[in-house]
Amino acid sequence: MIASSYNAKEEDGHQPGATGHVGAGTMTNKKPDNTAFKQQRLPAWQPILTAGTVLPAFFVIGLIFIPIGVGLFVTSNNIKEFEIDYTGVDMSNPCYNCSQSYSWNNTKSCTCSVPFSLDQPFESNVFMYYGLSNFYQNHRRYVKSRDDSQLNGDKTSLQSPSKECEPYRSSDKPIAPCGAIANSLFNDTLDLYYIDPNGSRTAIPLVKKGIAWWTDKHVKFRNPSGNNNLTVVFQGTSKPVNWRKPVFELDPSDSDNNGFINEDFIVWMRTAALPTFRKLYRIIQKKPNNMTPTLPRGEYILEVTYNYPVRSFDGRKRMILSTISWMGGKNPFLGIAYITVGSVCFCLGLVLLSIHYRYGKRNNSADISS
Amino acid sequence: MGSLLSRLGLECGGKALKEEERHLRANDRELNLSYKYADNAIKTSKYNIFTFLPLNLFEQFQRLANAYFLFLLCLQSIPEVSSLPWYTTVVPLVLVLSMTMAKDSSDDMNRHRCDKQVNNRKVEVLIEGELQSEKWMDVQVGDIIKLENNQFVTADLLLLSSSEPLNLVYIETAELDGETNLKVKQALTVTGELEDSVEKLANFNGEVRCEPPNNRLDKFTGTLTLKGETYSLDNERVLLRGCTLRNTQWCFGLVVFGGPDTKLMQNCGRTTFKRTSIDRLMNVLVLSIFGFLMIMCLILAIGNGIWEYQEGSKFAAFLPKGVNAPFSAFLTFWSYVIILNTVVPISLYVSVEIIRLGNSFYINWDRKMYYPKSDTPAEARTTTLNEELGQIKYIFSDKTGTLTQNIMTFNKCSINGKSYGELLDFSGQRVEINEKTEKVDFSWNNLADPKFCFHDNSLVEVVREGNPEVQAFFRLLALCHTVMPEEKKEGELYYQAQSPDEGALVTAARNFGFVFRSRTPESITVVEMGELVTYELLAVLDFNNVRKRMSVIVRSPEGKLTLYCKGADTIIFERLNPSCSNLTEVTTLHLNEFAGEGLRTLALAYKDIDPEYMEDWKLRHHVANTAMDDREEKLDALYEEIEKGLLLLGSTAVEDKLQDGVPQTIEQLSKADIKIWVLTGDKQETAENIGYSCNMLREEMNEVFIVSANTAEEVRKELQTARRKMTPDGTEEPTVKKSRSGLFCLLKTETVADEPVNGEYAMVINGHSLAFALEKDMEMELLRTACMCQTVICCRVTPMQKAQVVELVKKYKQAVTLAIGDGANDVSMIKAAHIGVGISGQEGMQAVLSSDYSFAQFRYLQRLLLVHGRWSYLRMCKFLRYFFYKNFTFTFVHFWYGFFCGFSAQTIYDEWFITLFNLVYTALPVLSLSLFDQDVNDWWSFQYPQLYTPGQLNQYFSKRAFVYTVLHSGYSSLVLFFIPWAAMYDTVRDDGKEIVDYQSFALLAQTCLLIAVSIQLGLDTHYWTAMNQFFLWGSLSVYFAVIFTMYSNGMFLTLTSSFPFIGTARNSLNQPNVWLTMLLTSVLCVLPVVAYRFLRILLWPTINDKVRYKVRQDKVLPPTPRRVQARRTSTRRSGYAFSHAQGYGDLVTSGKFLRRTPKSRPALFSQTDSPLAQTQPQFYRTISEREEPPLSP
Repeated sequence: MIASSYNAKEEDGHQPGATGHVGAGTMTNKKPDNTAFKQQRLPAWQPILTAGTVLPAFFVIGLIFIPIGVGLFVTSNNIKEFEIDYTGVDMSNPCYNCSQSYSWNNTKSCTCSVPFSLDQPFESNVFMYYGLSNFYQNHRRYVKSRDDSQLNGDKTSLQSPSKECEPYRSSDKPIAPCGAIANSLFNDTLDLYYIDPNGSRTAIPLVKKGIAWWTDKHVKFRNPSGNNNLTVVFQGTSKPVNWRKPVFELDPSDSDNNGFINEDFIVWMRTAALPTFRKLYRIIQKKPNNMTPTLPRGEYILEVTYNYPVRSFDGRKRMILSTISWMGGKNPFLGIAYITVGSVCFCLGLVLLSIHYRYGKRNNSADISS
Repeated sequence: MGSLLSRLGLECGGKALKEEERHLRANDRELNLSYKYADNAIKTSKYNIFTFLPLNLFEQFQRLANAYFLFLLCLQSIPEVSSLPWYTTVVPLVLVLSMTMAKDSSDDMNRHRCDKQVNNRKVEVLIEGELQSEKWMDVQVGDIIKLENNQFVTADLLLLSSSEPLNLVYIETAELDGETNLKVKQALTVTGELEDSVEKLANFNGEVRCEPPNNRLDKFTGTLTLKGETYSLDNERVLLRGCTLRNTQWCFGLVVFGGPDTKLMQNCGRTTFKRTSIDRLMNVLVLSIFGFLMIMCLILAIGNGIWEYQEGSKFAAFLPKGVNAPFSAFLTFWSYVIILNTVVPISLYVSVEIIRLGNSFYINWDRKMYYPKSDTPAEARTTTLNEELGQIKYIFSDKTGTLTQNIMTFNKCSINGKSYGELLDFSGQRVEINEKTEKVDFSWNNLADPKFCFHDNSLVEVVREGNPEVQAFFRLLALCHTVMPEEKKEGELYYQAQSPDEGALVTAARNFGFVFRSRTPESITVVEMGELVTYELLAVLDFNNVRKRMSVIVRSPEGKLTLYCKGADTIIFERLNPSCSNLTEVTTLHLNEFAGEGLRTLALAYKDIDPEYMEDWKLRHHVANTAMDDREEKLDALYEEIEKGLLLLGSTAVEDKLQDGVPQTIEQLSKADIKIWVLTGDKQETAENIGYSCNMLREEMNEVFIVSANTAEEVRKELQTARRKMTPDGTEEPTVKKSRSGLFCLLKTETVADEPVNGEYAMVINGHSLAFALEKDMEMELLRTACMCQTVICCRVTPMQKAQVVELVKKYKQAVTLAIGDGANDVSMIKAAHIGVGISGQEGMQAVLSSDYSFAQFRYLQRLLLVHGRWSYLRMCKFLRYFFYKNFTFTFVHFWYGFFCGFSAQTIYDEWFITLFNLVYTALPVLSLSLFDQDVNDWWSFQYPQLYTPGQLNQYFSKRAFVYTVLHSGYSSLVLFFIPWAAMYDTVRDDGKEIVDYQSFALLAQTCLLIAVSIQLGLDTHYWTAMNQFFLWGSLSVYFAVIFTMYSNGMFLTLTSSFPFIGTARNSLNQPNVWLTMLLTSVLCVLPVVAYRFLRILLWPTINDKVRYKVRQDKVLPPTPRRVQARRTSTRRSGYAFSHAQGYGDLVTSGKFLRRTPKSRPALFSQTDSPLAQTQPQFYRTISEREEPPLSP
């Protein structure tokens, strides 16, 4: 107590008169500068956790979170989603035979038809996904097994792909596209048919463009330039081991969807973060100027050209039909989480409030023992 | 250690055996060189140009962390293992190494410069019959050198001859033992005859045989053989390096020990690399973190093995063929070692160094620790110990020059029942005396000492009026002393006093018109109010420790015989004439008052003597003086007889001036629960007196134990008695808690528990007793007793004993110690303590040079500890807690992701994020937290010194706090991984496209993490300056700017393989559910912390919380109450006479002193009379020589 007053009067430089005995003429003055920074007197805001700030914060968070949660939950519930597993693990599954007989080297394709029915009509655009489970697209050795330069159309990389692609770097000629990711491209073909009540099958038009990120399609993936004829461009490379067709024949119907910029290929190359994932396969566009739903209630058939083996590693293949909302696909978790957190927050606020009323006065007003 | 060094040096010099005896011959370099004694150069530096790089790198890689990162670097160069690019390790490692290297090199450069400066000092050396100026470092053992007045003694010398009578030299040993009074050394008669004749000196070929180099300052044994005759040499003939020659025109000496062999260097104690307790804790933690890391990696590796076996083998169609499961697990283990290395990021060490450096700069910049009078700012000489300043439990302080200014001033007196020296204003109130108070004008007295100041004019008036009592008072002061005058020029008087108090008294008399001018053995000449009067000196009844008084008997020119006596009041009062009883009462009152102010008091009395009686007494005195046996007793009886029936004149009060603010500082520090021990080379009484005046010893204490025994058993008994008195029902055996600490728990520590004591006690122990008490079998007893006392004062201790006391407390208390001192005698203590503080601005710089912090005034210590120390500790702990939290959270998320990626060591974050997270995104906000944070400002820190105690108890950062941090980050990482996981599971963007791809998920996870740790940082920040805000928001914006830049088309197209995340930021961050996930994770991370902290403040507030609450309440600082120091009276007094050794009485009367008679030269002081020999223990141990058997005293 005395000491601080002592300092204030004697040593604090900005007190007038204190410099008197320094000697006004001394040039070599080692007196430190009197700046707020050096003297650690920077102006500052010193918040402390008091009931006045903490409790309202809890209530406010509670009150904000609950409506958000409810909104999210409702939105998610309104999304229509249909999922069907066509792996063919069970004998009863129509694809059981295909799944049994299949291996990569098979040249003959196996097809199976999976019937299903939609209980509710799907309004607006419907997105068709294929889903894979227990598929480790995020394995380190898998993730790095690609050559982005090659996929970006770099000519030297096309001829000598990156070492990361080993062992799918070259067979006798360099592989394009190289690496394990490309090699394991999902190659099932899925077609959807609506069974009219009268029994006839109507193919549902599936749009295969616009399923990849714009940046991927236009920046990240590019065909090697120079020639419009992809066959020439990819000359001197070989197709990935597991592929049936070379990369420039991926989409025979649309030349703009061939080579590295094939959208199915791009979608596959964007590796998933988790071992269970879904990837956009096709879009079923809402019929223009038509009041009928995109997918009306009724019976459908999913025609699968079963090429992709997953049974060896206990994988699963699914086909998913889903509508979307402003928050994406169906996922009730966020809504529930927000509601839970909001309620807990509110309750915690109440508990803290009561504790504060019982004990708050006792401690803070207590004198500081010396 | 010093001897060890020299031993090593000798061994390197090809001499395998330890030197057992030193043999040298004067002026015979050839012979002396053949012994390969160390020359006079000193070397304190560590490296030279060639050894710097390898040695320094070697030292640096001994640091566990550096070695670890080197190892990581090797791992990363293996492609199968490398999960992160090599540059993530190299850049920080090189940065750290080069920074440390720069610092070390500048430190060593300074040492080189210092060494060079000392080594290049010039001294005159006798070479080939000529005096030549030589550098100190070229001086060899056996050289004869000439020293002049005020020069430093170059090496340990055998004194040969001097300019002064009796071959005396005066030296000041302040640098060596802290005592500032002059000491006398005397040359042997046979060498004294050489005088300053260069020819004779050059032909001098005496041979010296003496003990090998050691650190005993008070002991020297050897022989000088000259022309076939052998003379014995003792400490009185030796000038030690570090002393200063005073009042001696010149002297010649023979170099006996040079450079590292000198007692000064041998006494320097060991130089240890100081580490803070946080450092040690950090090492332990880092080690346990490594263990933890290994366990995590092991779990993941096993997981990988299982996965490879169960899934991977079947997955071969899609994955490139790997290796077999066990080998893959092995590789994965190392890959995870690389990925999870962020638990101990190298940036931790860089940041710790930066924080310490910053806090050191604050100390250097502090204007409140700047001393304008000597233009000295405080200086943090070591930048690595700051946080330890916030944990000090014991302070060991020197007295002279540290607590006191080492200036004695005649302050007050009581003459004939009237007290002088105080200023009263018109209303009779006491006026506080400060620098601006008007001083008494002594210009009427042309012999006055201009430096003397006194404020009470009435005393001058009285003395000039001719008041007989007052004149008698000053006459006594001018006559009754053993001071020697020196008048170099007419009117310019210098007094050579053996004790500073005596000098102060004679100077006071001089200024009040009774100028002691000169003395001969038979007379004293005094100028009394301008009139020259010569008194015949009949007898000097000298001071000794039993008599505690001294008298002179003089005959005035008128022929009146008078005995003047001054001494301790109790002694004088016993011998007073009964007629003085009234005056005695009044004087006692005054004395109590003086003593209460901590002044040293002395009573003065006189007596007129009947000439006939005097004749008779003188005769008997002569008989007694020449008696062959019982001379002392007979003389004492005679003195006793004549010093009777004295008439009291009054009393003096001399102030041993404390430095400003010392009592207040001590009060503040003891409020902060810091124990202060005073270790001083001074006499017991002086030390006690200072203890009282700076409030360490108090009247109201239950008891002050004085331990001054002569045998080990007595010391033990006294200590035990004291202990039993303090805790009557305490246990006999100390409660020792044994534990293990340090890396690998190899260090065994024993901690003696604090024992509760009722009441306040203090202990004063002298050096002699301390020597016994520090023995192995008694040190526990000493420690227990001393630690029960509020105050411990050790007096008459040697430098090594100081260090031993510090070591003792360090060893058994496991507490942080601080030593503060100003002289070379404090160096060993400063080096031994955890923190050494040097008082700078005084003449000697040794203490400062070996200290960790230095400033000009003792009172700055409270600011250093209570403000800077506390803040540094707080900041460091906050930093460490936060840093570990941040990095553990960061790492744990990887751990959880391992379970979802086949334990393949896939990182969950972008590689660039991993590289930049510690270096860019979080570096500055954390630094600003740990450079600017303060819980309460300095003013409040002084208001509540109790705020300091959490540091002493290690409360802010301990193993417990660390475990809490780990659990906290475990929770946070769960939130930060599983919330995004659940929220993103099987979902898509609002246009149906992909969002759960690896890149988007990485972006989400890293953004969540960064936001969560930033909010946590905000919660931890108590002091939000603009910088904190700027850095926090700045870092977040930099993060977003960086990700948008790195994920942009341009970056991808230029460096395709380095930036594969193109478009991720654009495609993810426009999604509402991404932002909602971030919000949810942040709230979930923060809420429990806020609730917990709120509850803790509410239910179990700490002292900090309370003070912060109080600060919040009284926004406007209440005006500081100015406390006028209360006047106390005290019944405890100390006379200066206690404090000085047997005087020059014999010398003064012997007459030999003043007439130069070189032929007959009796020993000036016999060995037993020497102040050193009498009061100091006869043997010392050094820390490194514990095994040495004690010599019997």
